[in-house]
Amino acid sequence: MDWLESLITAWHGLNANKVRSGLTMLGVIIGVASVIALLSIGQGVQESITGSISGAGSNLLFVAPGSFQMGGVESPSGSSASLTYADAQAIADPRNVPDAAIVAPEFTGNTQVIFGSANINTKVTGATPEYLTAFGMGVDRGRFISEGDVSGRGAVAVLGSAAASDLFGGFDPIGQKIKVSMPGAGGGRVSLTVVGVLSPQGGSRFSDPDNAVIVPITTAQTKIFDGRNAQGESLVTSVNVVVGNEERVDAITDQITTLLLKRHGFKPGEEGDFSVVSQADLLATLTQVTNILVVFLGVIAAISLLVGGIGIMNIMLVSVTERTREIGLRKAMGARKVDILMQFLLEAIILSLAGGALGIALGIGIALLVDKSGMTNAIITSQSIMLAVSFSVAVGLFFGIYPANHAAGLKPIEALRYE
Amino acid sequence: MISIQNMTKVYGTGEAEVRALDGISLEIAKGEWVAITGPSGSGKSTLMHIIGCLDSPTGGEYWLNGAEVSGMDDTQLAAVRNREIGFVFQSFNLLSRVDALGQVMLPLQYQRGEKRLPRGDRAKRAREMLGLVGLDDRTHHLPTELSGGQQQRVAIARALAQQPSILLADEPTGNLDSKSGAEVMEIFHRLHREQGMTVVMVTHDPKVAAQAQRVIHFQDGLIAEPEQQGFDQAQPKGFDQAQPKGGA
Repeated sequence: MDWLESLITAWHGLNANKVRSGLTMLGVIIGVASVIALLSIGQGVQESITGSISGAGSNLLFVAPGSFQMGGVESPSGSSASLTYADAQAIADPRNVPDAAIVAPEFTGNTQVIFGSANINTKVTGATPEYLTAFGMGVDRGRFISEGDVSGRGAVAVLGSAAASDLFGGFDPIGQKIKVSMPGAGGGRVSLTVVGVLSPQGGSRFSDPDNAVIVPITTAQTKIFDGRNAQGESLVTSVNVVVGNEERVDAITDQITTLLLKRHGFKPGEEGDFSVVSQADLLATLTQVTNILVVFLGVIAAISLLVGGIGIMNIMLVSVTERTREIGLRKAMGARKVDILMQFLLEAIILSLAGGALGIALGIGIALLVDKSGMTNAIITSQSIMLAVSFSVAVGLFFGIYPANHAAGLKPIEALRYE
Repeated sequence: MISIQNMTKVYGTGEAEVRALDGISLEIAKGEWVAITGPSGSGKSTLMHIIGCLDSPTGGEYWLNGAEVSGMDDTQLAAVRNREIGFVFQSFNLLSRVDALGQVMLPLQYQRGEKRLPRGDRAKRAREMLGLVGLDDRTHHLPTELSGGQQQRVAIARALAQQPSILLADEPTGNLDSKSGAEVMEIFHRLHREQGMTVVMVTHDPKVAAQAQRVIHFQDGLIAEPEQQGFDQAQPKGFDQAQPKGGA
């Protein structure tokens, strides 16, 4: 029996048992598709997070109150009231930190922003004019926060592009009045005039400027949030420092640390009640986190593969009696062991390849769907496809040949009597 | 044609040892019709499976058409099964999802060497064989769509497809009603009479056994009585009854 003959026999065998063939293929499809989809999503998430950080420039430093933890950088006021506006001014003083090119303190909190019946819960960032250049943002319409707004606690706001379209839909927000809820202050609202709209920054950057509402820092500290400590000093939630020369990042970190330790009454070398985090540190931490995510998704994918494999195994084992008898009969008709193995091998190959191809299509489809839906990016890598296909094909082949290999070695009469 | 010398077949070991064949010798000549009878467990089916190369003996010699079978490997045995033997089972053993034509073509797939029929000619051969057993109009029926007698006739057509030298039948009428059984027996008669087919048949049924030329009776793994010549009115011409010599 030549291979073409075996192929025909295998094809007839699969065709005659459509349910069994379909279920086996389903196992391969589920395994391959889930691995590809999950690994692509994992890769995409990792890429978009780390990409947004490094996209902001590696010459950025963040000084935050409290010790550094994920989210601590963006945590609203109250989590730690140790970093003051005076600290930010001290950092900005070239005599203290000569290499700091731009120092942009901010006071950020989450609250409700209302225009008419439109209502969004977003990040309200109190900023100084430096904020715009520190993050490399552009103004699409109107203007950004000015020095006068900061010194005069101006009731003005600049909207991120997404915030603007969420609140105003199609029409021009410039000159309109929005209301911002004062959290924890009995439901009071502050009325602000929109003076500018930012250009879309794109992507899901970690600071998410498109959804932000930016106000003068003094307005945020005094009118919207309670941005003062017990001594009545103005607080900041973060000081963003742009370093002129990237190679000086470590030096500046030291300068700021020394300065703030001294200002906060700590001895040099102590832990301190603030943290200085560079873009690189953030990236490293985030990479660590996203790596965990990728591993986590990988484990889920591996379980899917396993489940798919067990599905294949089940189908094969359930049909082992029938197949063993079939093998016994074929041997009684003159089939050699090699003919039997060839038939079953080809059956398994056809199923694995067909299932693998469908699984790739489905996996890529899911990944693209997730990507298009805007939930997160999905990056389809050839490694994930290779991994998924090789594993599933291996499982398909193993469990395809497994029942056949034993039965093909039996005497025909033993195989025929198999129960 | 078939020569068996001092054959034993032992199942199990120690106390559980069962001697299914306890040193039997027999010869079957070309063109003969032999019935093997005996109670259950007497070893007649075991002998049948060994003759059909579906099982191997524990000891003794088995010569088929001048070749010693017991020493053959899997490939050689497969070739012998395919080339020399057509086996009809009591329980038909049809593939459940294959139509009658496909069943009959099955052994043709495994043909090797000179006798190998080109792929294009197999359906024609299978139709001929189905015609031979009177199932011309059932070529595309699945086993479930056929009666027991029809299924057994498909199985006979399958056994004949590769034109074997011996037709072996293990209780071929055992699962059939008497009418279907009679039809099946008529086919064996015709094959024996018209084609000079060598037929070896295991049966419980004395009426079936009586149709054979010779009856071999088994008892406890041994041939019980001196071979009793049956009579066959449809004896083929030129069959030399005086010399039922093996190893042809």
